[in-house]
Amino acid sequence: MAKVFQKTKMLTDAHLHYCPGCTHGIVHRLVAESIEELGLQDKAIGIAPVGCAVFAYDYFNCDMQEAAHGRAPAVATGIKRCLPDRLVFVYQGDGDLASIGMAETVHAAARGENITIIFINNSIYGMTGGQMAPTTLIGQKATTCQNGRDPAVNGYPIRVCELLATLDAPYYIERVSTHDVKHVLAAKKAIKKALRFQAEGRGYSFVEVLVSCPTNWHMKPIEALRFMAEETSKTFPLGVYRDKSEGRE
Amino acid sequence: MSKILLHGTEAICEGAIRNGCRAFFGYPITPQNEVPEYMSAVMPKIGGVFVQAESEVAAINMVYGAGGAGVRAMTSSSSPGISLKQEGISYIACARIPCVVVNIMRAGPGLGGILPAQGDYFQATKGGGHGDYHLLVLAPSSVQEACDFTYRAFDLADKYRVPVMILADGMIGQLMEPVELPPMRALSDIPKKDWATDGGYGENRRVLNSLIIKPEELEPHVNEMQRTYDEIAANEKMCEKFMTDDAEIVITAYGTVARICKSAAKTLRKQGIKAGVIRPITLYPFPSEAYEEAANGAKAFLTVELSLGQMVEDVRLSVNGKKPVYFYGRTGGNVMDEEEIVQAAKDALAKAELAKEV
Repeated sequence: MAKVFQKTKMLTDAHLHYCPGCTHGIVHRLVAESIEELGLQDKAIGIAPVGCAVFAYDYFNCDMQEAAHGRAPAVATGIKRCLPDRLVFVYQGDGDLASIGMAETVHAAARGENITIIFINNSIYGMTGGQMAPTTLIGQKATTCQNGRDPAVNGYPIRVCELLATLDAPYYIERVSTHDVKHVLAAKKAIKKALRFQAEGRGYSFVEVLVSCPTNWHMKPIEALRFMAEETSKTFPLGVYRDKSEGRE
Repeated sequence: MSKILLHGTEAICEGAIRNGCRAFFGYPITPQNEVPEYMSAVMPKIGGVFVQAESEVAAINMVYGAGGAGVRAMTSSSSPGISLKQEGISYIACARIPCVVVNIMRAGPGLGGILPAQGDYFQATKGGGHGDYHLLVLAPSSVQEACDFTYRAFDLADKYRVPVMILADGMIGQLMEPVELPPMRALSDIPKKDWATDGGYGENRRVLNSLIIKPEELEPHVNEMQRTYDEIAANEKMCEKFMTDDAEIVITAYGTVARICKSAAKTLRKQGIKAGVIRPITLYPFPSEAYEEAANGAKAFLTVELSLGQMVEDVRLSVNGKKPVYFYGRTGGNVMDEEEIVQAAKDALAKAELAKEV
C-alpha cells in the first residue's frame, strides 16, 4: 500500500505527555515539519522550557538543551553567538516567557539575537495545576484567583507581541492561533517564516501561538477551542506585529 | 620568557583566553568590572564571543548554552552577583556542562561593601545552589596564580565535566604584579566534546538536561556526579606548605591572606616561635591530609580568614580533634596586618598550653 502521509522525522517516536485536547502537540508538529521542510534538521538546536513543554527535549529529534525556568532566551543567546550557522529555536510557555523570564525575553529581543522563539500562550500555568499566568484573561478562573482574575488585585494580562513590537531590533513578530484548521495552517506558515528568517540571518523572530488547556480551563476540548476563538483572541488579537521583510516596522 | 606587569583581572582574562576560552558573558559589578571590560575588547579580535548580559542570571545561562554547545565559556562576578548565578550553576553542575566562574569576593552579606573579603567560602565549597553538587574551587594568592589557575581551570572543567570556580578576594582583583604568561593554545589542540549539543539530528542527537524526573534515574545520576567528586578529590588536591615540618603553631589561610600569614610566620620564627603556614589552593576538594600530617607535630592551629570563620570548619574536620584549632578573622572589607596575626598565633599557643594543663 502506498504511504500517503507520515509523521515528520523531526519528531521522535516518544509518546507525547500532553493532556487530551491540548494543542501543544500540534505546535510541536508545526515546528518540526517546518524545520524538516527547510532542510535544517542537521543544524537545529532546540531549547526546552520549564512548564508543560519541559519534556520537549524528548520529542524534537535534534540536539536539545533544557533550560532553567525562564532562561531559555539567554541559553539560546549563548549557543547562537558561538555557533551562528546553526538553527537555534526556543519553545516557551507563558509563565516561563512572560513571568519569570520576562527580562531574558525582552533583552534577547532588544539585542536582536538571531534566534526564533515559539511562545505558547494558554493563559494558565498548566504543568503546576492551573495557577494564574501573566496572560490569564480578566475574569478567567485559576487556582490562585478562584473567583476569576480581578484587575484590582491581579493586574492585567500582558500582551507580549505588542510589548516586543516597541523594540527596534526584532525582525518578525506574529501572533497566531490553533483553534481551527484554518488557523493551524496559518500558524504553520508563520512558524516556518520565522525559522526561515533566522536561517537567512535576518534577526530575532517571535511567534506567539494561542493554545488551549481544556484540563485547567475545566472545559471539554471543543469548548476550549471555542473559548480561544471567542475570548482569548479578543484579549490577544491575532496578526503580524512586525515584519521587516514587508517593511512593517 | 619575560614577565610583564599585569592587573589581577587582566591576568585572569589572559589565563582564560590562552587556554581556549572563546565565550565570555558578564554583568557589571565592583570589584571585577575590569574582567568584562577586558574581554569585551579582546574577544572580538580573536573570534570569540562577548555579551554584556542583562543580569548575572542571564550571564550564567548564556554560559550554560555556550558551554553546552562545546565552547570553553566563562563568566565572572563578585559576591552578590555570584549569589544570583547559583540557580544556573546548580543546573550546569547537574547537566554536566564544563565552565569557569570567577568570583572576586567583596564584603557581605547583602550588598555589603566593595572591599576585599572571603565570606563566600561556604557558598563556593559546599554547593552554593540547591541540590547535591560541588564546584572545583581554586584560590589564587598572586596575580601569577590568578593567570595560571584560570588557565588550568578550563582543562579541569573539561576533564571532569564540572563547573570550576576561581575564588579570589578583592585584593587579587586589584593587585598589579609581574606575570609570565602561558603560551596561546591552539583551539585544535583542545579535545573535542562528543556530548556537546552543536547540531545533531536523529541518532546523532544529544540532550543536555538537569530534569531527571524518575527517582530510579536521578539517584544513579547524582551518584555518578559524586564519583566524579571522589575522583577529583583523589587527583586534584593542592596546597602549599610553608615551614610546616617542625612547626608548633600552624597558621592556615587561603588567597592573599596566606601571604600576610607567611610574613607573620617568619616574624614569629625570629622571635623563637616555630610557626608554619598551610595554604590550601584547592578549597574543594579540601587538602585535609596536610592538616592530618601537621597535627602530629603541632601544638595548635590558627585559621585566619577575612570572614567570621568559614574555612575553619574544614580545618577542624581535617585536624579531627587531635589538636586545638583557633580562629582569627576580620570582616567588612578590613584586612588584618602581620602584627595582628603574630599576636593571634601567640594567643593560640597560650590557649593550647592552658587547655593541656586543664
